[in-house]
Amino acid sequence: MLQTLLKKVRHVWHCVRRLSGDDAYEQYLKHYAAFHANTLDAPPVLSRKAFYQLWQDKKWQGVKRCC
Amino acid sequence: MRLWGVMGMNKKSIIWILVALLGAFALAGIALHRGESINALWLITAAVCIYAIAYRFYAAWIAAKVLTIDATRATPAERLDNGRDFMPTNRWVVFGHHFAAIAGPGPLVGPTLAAQFGYLPGTLWILIGAVLGGAVQDMVTLFFSMRRNGRSLGQMARDEIGAIGGTAALIGTFMIMIILIAVLGLVVVNAMKHSPWATSTVAATIPIAMLVGIYMRNIRPGRVLEASALGVALLLLSVFAGGWIDHQESLRVLFDHDGLPLAYAIIVYGFAAAVLPVWLLLAPRDYLSTFVKLGTVFLLAIAILLLRPEIRMPAVTQFVDGTGPIFGGKLFPFVFITIACGAISGFHALISSGTTPKLLANERDIRMIGYGGMLLESFVAMMAMIAATVLEPGIYFAINSPPGVVGKEAVDAIAKINSWGFAVTVEQMQQLASDMGEQSLFARIGGAPSLAVGMASIFGTAFGKGMLAIWYHFAIMFEAIFILTTLDAGTRVGRFMLQDLLGNFNKTLGETSYTPSVILTSAIVVASWGYFLYIGVIDPNGGVNILWPLFGIANQMLAAIALSVATGILVKSGKLRYAWVTGLPLVWLVTITTTAAFQKIFSEDIRIGFFAAANDLSAKLAAGALPADKAAIAPQLIFNQHLDAYLTLFFVSVLWVVILDMLWMCVRHLNGKPVPKLSEAPHEPSRLVEDWVRD
Repeated sequence: MLQTLLKKVRHVWHCVRRLSGDDAYEQYLKHYAAFHANTLDAPPVLSRKAFYQLWQDKKWQGVKRCC
Repeated sequence: MRLWGVMGMNKKSIIWILVALLGAFALAGIALHRGESINALWLITAAVCIYAIAYRFYAAWIAAKVLTIDATRATPAERLDNGRDFMPTNRWVVFGHHFAAIAGPGPLVGPTLAAQFGYLPGTLWILIGAVLGGAVQDMVTLFFSMRRNGRSLGQMARDEIGAIGGTAALIGTFMIMIILIAVLGLVVVNAMKHSPWATSTVAATIPIAMLVGIYMRNIRPGRVLEASALGVALLLLSVFAGGWIDHQESLRVLFDHDGLPLAYAIIVYGFAAAVLPVWLLLAPRDYLSTFVKLGTVFLLAIAILLLRPEIRMPAVTQFVDGTGPIFGGKLFPFVFITIACGAISGFHALISSGTTPKLLANERDIRMIGYGGMLLESFVAMMAMIAATVLEPGIYFAINSPPGVVGKEAVDAIAKINSWGFAVTVEQMQQLASDMGEQSLFARIGGAPSLAVGMASIFGTAFGKGMLAIWYHFAIMFEAIFILTTLDAGTRVGRFMLQDLLGNFNKTLGETSYTPSVILTSAIVVASWGYFLYIGVIDPNGGVNILWPLFGIANQMLAAIALSVATGILVKSGKLRYAWVTGLPLVWLVTITTTAAFQKIFSEDIRIGFFAAANDLSAKLAAGALPADKAAIAPQLIFNQHLDAYLTLFFVSVLWVVILDMLWMCVRHLNGKPVPKLSEAPHEPSRLVEDWVRD
């Protein structure tokens, strides 16, 4: 009972982090490991700060908010 | 069990029949109710049942039959996964992103203004419009964009209909943005006018956002939740701090201003926000506004359920005849134009063809995200309607009627409102203002203050009456923070569009990081909405009377463009027999926008027709019948009325060009003549396991 509740809470927390972009860097590292780590022409892995700056600047291109 | 089987039914069918009956019962209750007051729970019940039925049956039918969604087909997120903008994402997370993007101040302001017709017309349109129009538009646009690798509405219009449609969509978007920002700026100005508490709280949101931005960028890079928690705590503190400032004689004068200086402040702020880097102001403000918005909407829903307030507004008021004080014009078509975003918002088509389609892990998710997202937005509009109509009608009209209609003095305004049959006294208004920590609540037009009074009285009754003033200013802060987010984001989008356009003539001007171009284009965009904001502030009729219908027409026009694109694609894909799904809402939107535009241009009534108002004012000015202060601004108002008339004419012309272009394309297609090819991306099977969604 407690176990399932804990699992639920963890899942919600996971969703909140994903929604807010709090775990964007971790996602990037995962993506990097899966797609780029073993290729020859892979770009060097970005630092947390460099990644965040790139991610945020990119996020605000185009229509993001409505009436 | 066997018995059910024999009857061809199961438990699920029974439940859905019950939901349908309950919804029909609640709706009939609302529509036929003729008493002193009706409980808000009826509205909530009707809404939830109608949404549930529409989602379960209509949306599912559209997904299966009209769009023929294919769960085994790889989405662009899967095919083009780059770990950034294209990325298969858990559907709840996409839903959250999508809803946060579409839910703006529109569904709060529109229903509040439309409540002048009574609670019934607006409520019905919020329900019917969302279920048959808005949610369908969002869902089909999302689907078509997803099948085209997340292409934008403008690009789809160009690819599927022709160059004219694409250009029209682009111009439409730009124009709406300008009018929208002006009207939103006006709403904030009216909420802050001579209110040191509101002004200081709203002003405090700027340094708070900057602090959060610096925290996220430099102190703890990427720790979004930490920074947001800090920001929200500071925002709540700023509400209390505003109350403290309001009680300090030396400090409160710093924040006690007329409309015009506040409008200038907003214009300067808008320019700064468009030029400053996003991370410093726009992005952190957006985080804060999203959290505050979701939290407040949730809180409001709980409070309404706990409190079950009585609705005091009559079902239908006498103002359906077009003489309403808040804005002129008859029920048809102006209730539809005014509600706008809570039922159908063309702007959503831009979000549905922007970020969202690039995140979908599976085609199946579009029903929940496209259709479901709009239903939730419509529910927010419903709550705004409830918050506006739980007020005593007399109070509602005293807050929302401009001085140009009811008179400048409190006694005159009260006499006028009483003459309409709505009881309210000067003392009552004074008591209310002092409860809310304000000097006066008369003529606080624009919808935000009356919504805040409604919310404060709901929150106050549900969670403690002693804090009405805190709740009121919390509600004002809540509205201001995301109005300003829309203002920032809109100005920036306008700047990008303009730079894109200028790039066609001069390459360097098109570069988004070229400083002279950034300053030039930002200044043009800010000056455009700044002009309408300025006129709105000096207009004795309040400006909302002019700007909100203009915004509504532009917004519904954009929705009609989105539905045209969708209808054109349906016809071209050989689904003529299902084209009514988007075609019917399209016909309706064209009818209301064209009628409203026609009346705004040609009506003889000076409260509706732009030319009539301009001519009336010119005649009065020429005859010397105006007092000196009014005569001084009259030439500007006359010019503005003319400008608005031509702008409206331009809007409907653009709309009709797109529609005729689409119809011409359909006729050619049906006659076997060549038309632009469907630009759908080719089918690729999904490699994501059936019930596995990356989260």
